[in-house]
Amino acid sequence: MSLIGARVLRKEDPNLITGRGQFVDDITPAGTVVMAFVMSTEPHSRIVNIHSADALALPGVLAVWTAADIAELSTLGLPGLGRPLLATDVVRFVGEPVAVVVAETKYIAADAAQLVIVDYESMPAAPSITTALADGAPVLHSVLGGNTVFDQPFVDDLAADFAAAPHTASLHLVNNRCAAVPIEPNACLADWGPSGLTLWATFQAPHHLRNTVAAYFGIPQDTTRVITPDVGGGFGAKINFVPEYFLACALSRKLARPVKYTQTRSECQVLMYHGRAQEQDVDVAYDDDARLLALRVRVTQDQGAYPDPTGMGLPVLTTAMAAGCYKIPKVAISWRNVVTNTTPVAAYRGAGRPEASYLIERIVDLVADQSGIDPVEVRRRNFIPTDEFPYATHSPLAVYDSGNFAGAMTELLTLFDYDALKAEQARRRNTRDEKLIGIGFSSWLEIAAFGPPGSLEGFGHLGSWESVQIRVQPDGSAIIYTGASPHGQGTVTTFAQIAAGELGIPFDKISVRHGDTATVPQGIGTMGSRATAVGGEGVRTASVRVVERAKVIAAHILEADPADIVLEGDGFAVNGTPSHSVPWSEVAWKSFRPLEIPTDSEPGSLDITVFQQVPNFSFPSGAYCCTVEIDRGTGEIEITGMYLVDDCGTVINPLLAEGQVHGGVAQGIAQALYEGISYDENGLPQNSTLMDYLIPAATELPSYTDGRVNTPTPNNGLGAKGIGESGSVGAPPAVVNAVVDALSHLGVQHLDMPITPLAVWNVLEEAK
Amino acid sequence: MSTVSVSVTVNGELRTHEVEPRVLLVHYLRDVLRLTGTHVGCDTSNCGACTVILDGAAVKSCTVLAVQARGGEITTIEGLAAPGEPFSAVQQGFHQEHGLQCGFCTPGMIMACTALLGENPDPTEHEIRHALEGNLCRCTGYQMIVNSVRWAAEHPDGIVPESSDAASSAPSTQGAGS
Ligand code: FES
Ligand code: FES
Repeated sequence: MSLIGARVLRKEDPNLITGRGQFVDDITPAGTVVMAFVMSTEPHSRIVNIHSADALALPGVLAVWTAADIAELSTLGLPGLGRPLLATDVVRFVGEPVAVVVAETKYIAADAAQLVIVDYESMPAAPSITTALADGAPVLHSVLGGNTVFDQPFVDDLAADFAAAPHTASLHLVNNRCAAVPIEPNACLADWGPSGLTLWATFQAPHHLRNTVAAYFGIPQDTTRVITPDVGGGFGAKINFVPEYFLACALSRKLARPVKYTQTRSECQVLMYHGRAQEQDVDVAYDDDARLLALRVRVTQDQGAYPDPTGMGLPVLTTAMAAGCYKIPKVAISWRNVVTNTTPVAAYRGAGRPEASYLIERIVDLVADQSGIDPVEVRRRNFIPTDEFPYATHSPLAVYDSGNFAGAMTELLTLFDYDALKAEQARRRNTRDEKLIGIGFSSWLEIAAFGPPGSLEGFGHLGSWESVQIRVQPDGSAIIYTGASPHGQGTVTTFAQIAAGELGIPFDKISVRHGDTATVPQGIGTMGSRATAVGGEGVRTASVRVVERAKVIAAHILEADPADIVLEGDGFAVNGTPSHSVPWSEVAWKSFRPLEIPTDSEPGSLDITVFQQVPNFSFPSGAYCCTVEIDRGTGEIEITGMYLVDDCGTVINPLLAEGQVHGGVAQGIAQALYEGISYDENGLPQNSTLMDYLIPAATELPSYTDGRVNTPTPNNGLGAKGIGESGSVGAPPAVVNAVVDALSHLGVQHLDMPITPLAVWNVLEEAK
Repeated sequence: MSTVSVSVTVNGELRTHEVEPRVLLVHYLRDVLRLTGTHVGCDTSNCGACTVILDGAAVKSCTVLAVQARGGEITTIEGLAAPGEPFSAVQQGFHQEHGLQCGFCTPGMIMACTALLGENPDPTEHEIRHALEGNLCRCTGYQMIVNSVRWAAEHPDGIVPESSDAASSAPSTQGAGS
């Protein structure tokens, strides 16, 4: 029975709700010692001296290492701009590890780290795009000459088109720097013994880490094992090669002890790579009917102190997706990557696409505002029609597979009474102190299902496929091994759902295993909303092949032609004669017994591995609306409605799909209203604990109203597009558009994220 | 460093250890008793991943020294359902209503929700959200956690009604495999 689309409860839950989950920090082999960092307190300084004698003398301390102790270990990241495992001569951001200590317990390690004294000679810092690009700015990496790592100019900046256009609109937008804040901070445990290296890590791509660590140390992959046990959230921030993995391994080799590193939250806030941190200059040209004629986007990406390969790709994705779900005759894109004295920047849920939906959805609202045409109507006039798919955009990366943008908007407007709310908004504006109402839309689109051949290789991955192995057990149950590496997505459940329908094996008799390079075939990992659309498709493909082979055995048992065998009940039957049947358990059992299968078959044939490829990206889309109320006295913003129409193609499990949307939307609302890593002008981070970095609690977030349209992708047999990042792509512009709409009668055309009550209050005060 | 003797009752069992006076209760539970279901998500007592029930009240075990818990009765996530017994209503509610994704915040959430229902067996959505203000979840966006608590309030014995539309027969007792 197909379980696709069924609200199936998760197989993952029983361990996790009983405290029987196993996260990295829960694992402590005999002899484990603890590693801690001495971290830079300076944004940009020369290291003059490191005094570690006192730390070394502390009972229970096994080692204190500085860069001088690991001179043979190479840097990470881009060649020539590599990040050393420990700062060498110069520190380039607050938090950069300067030394590492290892001790018998975490308390002693923390004490020892405190005892290491570093003498610095301060240099001027460039902690922002503006300061890094200023004349005479301090240079972070002398090989660059300045602070620009890469600059892709416009091919044609459309100056003539803009000059000739009846109307134009322009915005400078700041996509605030965000911290991913998985509730489990980074952690790893390295055990390098005589028989090989095992590294447990809270990571999204175990084989990627295994291959990288093996290459880094020049050791064989077969004796290098990476295990990603239960992983407490990742959101893109757990696919970066940060120094702790390599240091823990090197220290374990040196000390012949398992070495564990568990980050504190305050360390995590400055060490785990940040996301967003992107500025945009956006111009559109449009006609009298608010039809878009041209779009021009110049992106400046803050890379932090060391350019990360994934981080370098963020503006590529932003500019590829810049036109959103609109048909715009001319699009010009350009971007540059800039280093600053801040924590490095890389993927965070959405990775370049929230920035794209933000720019296009903000400027479409500005067109609505300037032209006096309703924002819903402006969108409708510019949507790509449903009969134009596949739709080639300005970017070769983005050939949209399918979509129904107008349909999503229509569905959205059934979820609440737009006209009544507009009337109430107008009424309240005429009162003295009733709360102001704002209504914000976002017709968003993103690129997912990474991906087609070549799409991940550019980020250093071995391939862009995903591995799936199905092994039918002798009792007729099945184990699926996959290179996808979930950390909350529910992949164990969705993959079992997909397999159950195809294999005819009950859901309860299918297990899914992942996260261990010693048992799972070479895989890629979970990021870029790919697990279902690529890995899930692999489950479907492998299941079909298993059934083909099982039919041969069933036919042998039933003395029939394999072509006449069909899945029936709990096993196989001869087509048209359901009583002439054999259960799966018998087929599975006999598949291992040479005397009971056809002579030209081999035992153990019900074991299939596929490396699933997909021909193109998929493009999940949707229409969101956020409604807010603003207190005119305090500037406080309350979200009163969050209406979410998603189109992820085929839904495997509506419960889990909604969970993904809610989580992404929560992070999107957080970016719009609450979160933002900031640095002062000297480069000191201003919010590196959860006391001053507001990740929203249940009281700060609304309940959500879910809706759906379905345009299956043609790129896989499931029709599934991916949904992991949708919410974080769609929500920020909806929320910002709502707040701006609430204040638009005061002449407000834009406010930067996070929009705080203070910013709103300032607007309200000025208007008095 | 000198140590002091700490005796506490944890999940019904009296435990006695010599610990340093500075050791936090959460580290005593995790590192000494090896009850690793209680998690650590921050160092500023904001996240609630470490929530346990101490003498009937939910506390963040990272804000309490082990010595301060001396003589106390502690329930951790491991003690909510005895081996072979059904899940507690709150545990079952989180399963039924998809109240968890990565599961890292979950033990703390479940303990906080258990304490809430002890005080207020039929909380409104508003009351649930306020009671959970000190527990952060990065995955769920909270609505399904709210639904989970409501499920538990409506099914105080934790038993899933026969008519449940859930297609799965996922195990509902401790010790069953998945
Ligand atoms: S670990 Fe105790 S509140 Fe975060
Ligand atoms: S389920 Fe992941 S933090 Fe709550």
